[in-house]
Amino acid sequence: MVGWLQDNGLLLGLAALDGLAYAALVFMVAVGLNLVFGVLRIVNVAHGSLFAIGAYTAASLGLFFASQGLPPLAGYFALVLAAALVGALLGPLIERFLLRRIYGHEEVLQLLVTFALFMILEDVQKLVWGVQPVSQDLPMTYLGTIDVPFGDDVIPFTKYQLFVLPGIAVATLVGLALFLRRTLAGRMIVAVTADKEAATAMGIDATRIMLLTFTAGAALAALGGALASPTTSLVPGVGAQTIVLSFAVVATAGLGQIEGAALTSLMMGLGRSVAVYFAPEFEVVVPYLIMVAVLLVRPQGLFGVLETRRV
Amino acid sequence: MIAEGLIALVGAGVLLAVAIAVPWLKFVLTIALAKGIAVLGILLLLRAGQVSFGHAMFLATGAYTVAFLAPAMPEALLLIPLGGLFAGLLGLLVGLFVVRYRDIFFGMLNLAISMVLYSLLEKLYHLTKGTDGIRVARATYAGFDLPRETQEWLMFAIALGLAALFGTLVAAYLRSPMGRALAGIKTRETRLEFLGVSARRVLLFAYVASAVMGGIAGTLVALTTRHVTPLLGYWTSSGELVFIAILGGAGSAVGAFLGAVAFELVRVYAAASVADAWQMILGGVLLLVILFAPGGLWGILAGRLKVRA
Repeated sequence: MVGWLQDNGLLLGLAALDGLAYAALVFMVAVGLNLVFGVLRIVNVAHGSLFAIGAYTAASLGLFFASQGLPPLAGYFALVLAAALVGALLGPLIERFLLRRIYGHEEVLQLLVTFALFMILEDVQKLVWGVQPVSQDLPMTYLGTIDVPFGDDVIPFTKYQLFVLPGIAVATLVGLALFLRRTLAGRMIVAVTADKEAATAMGIDATRIMLLTFTAGAALAALGGALASPTTSLVPGVGAQTIVLSFAVVATAGLGQIEGAALTSLMMGLGRSVAVYFAPEFEVVVPYLIMVAVLLVRPQGLFGVLETRRV
Repeated sequence: MIAEGLIALVGAGVLLAVAIAVPWLKFVLTIALAKGIAVLGILLLLRAGQVSFGHAMFLATGAYTVAFLAPAMPEALLLIPLGGLFAGLLGLLVGLFVVRYRDIFFGMLNLAISMVLYSLLEKLYHLTKGTDGIRVARATYAGFDLPRETQEWLMFAIALGLAALFGTLVAAYLRSPMGRALAGIKTRETRLEFLGVSARRVLLFAYVASAVMGGIAGTLVALTTRHVTPLLGYWTSSGELVFIAILGGAGSAVGAFLGAVAFELVRVYAAASVADAWQMILGGVLLLVILFAPGGLWGILAGRLKVRA
């Protein structure tokens, strides 16, 4: 065991760094999905498409800024702008004209409405950005790499993935936790999550809260995509991959759990990265195995609360 | 009941007539009938209020059973039941686990497990040839090596026959006490348990039955398209099956085939006329159906004919 660690320590270190960066991205998407489910009680299958559209928009904006001769720092502005644009444009549009028509419908129908939306948005991506890979990695390369000391060796790793991604994820986690617990709007969201009818009776405009929450969730997904865009080249199908993984995170963490989603993202991110380096065939499988294992022991998820059975 | 059977008979006649009149549609219709059989399984689970976003894994199991076994044993009449058997065994294994969960968790667990199967099919390249898929060896029918045209007709006939068989079985199942118990899971499971009926066992039976039908559907798809890829088991394929169930109308066995034929025809024509937007068109159709015709195509048809399924 000790010998194995000495031989593979460097790989393990690299996997840990990779996993951290990956977990940060997964968290950004999963937390939005979770927030939206808590308030709207709808699992949004199209959430991954918002991630993809955020990523494509960020890449296009970044390329546009660069072609206009703007300094590299504008690239970071492009990431944030893309998230804000996608959230503010698509979020209200989808909530107001689609989801609002199906609140209180059967769960199956709600799932399928968002599935239909997913199909439509997939083709929108193909029509707008085509099927050729799109890539804009300036925000990542501009920051350069840093040598992470690891035992006697060093691992060169991009600063963007080491500091920016986890930094923003942590900031989102802390910011969201403070927002939900300390501000009036946040507490209204928590109230609607806990009991929509009681909250409405207390004078909370639940319709408005749902619109706000969905918009925020969409913006978070788009931000996740925007942040991911410099680290990879974008191809069709990225939304479909993202959504299943964030489902796994949300179900494992327990529905409506934000800190739980962070911990689960970290677990799955690290698990996946270790698999990438040591058993690449099982890379995709690991998060789901973690999910199945957790749900076997705790059917309501790691941090979920059991509902009482109704007669 | 009689009216539903009559409509099914008329429907089968129409399909046969179309297949004769427009020969290239025979292929599309065979696939549609196969998918309809898989959708019957989705209907069983929908009756219990559960939606599986992973049922394409059983379709893939059936299809890969054919692809793996065909070189050694090219007999289609054995491959089809074997595909159903293997899918049923997988269904039993998965079912023992997932029937403990309901609603979102049920759906997501099915999704997760199907993604495990999908990525294994994709990544174990030396066994499955990855995303390239496997070309299915030429099959014999009751020992006869038939010419291509006859084979296509035979596959169409087999699909039609199996569709009628499983359609009848599912219709009878939904009317039986076991089928009524499924509806009990949807309304209030605790009451069912008070009657001394094990909800898990009721759901497990339906789950395994749906897996078998998924597997049979998969063998038909593999024998018809003669090519299998992991995409058969991707979660979007599972979504399609649920899509077809809602499109056809979740209330009736005939609806499953109505939905499947409509789905495949829209897909073929949409893909031919607007190659980049066929998903968008299908998504739009789905939205319109859910928002304006919640009973699905069967609901519209039954309403017109004043039939109660």
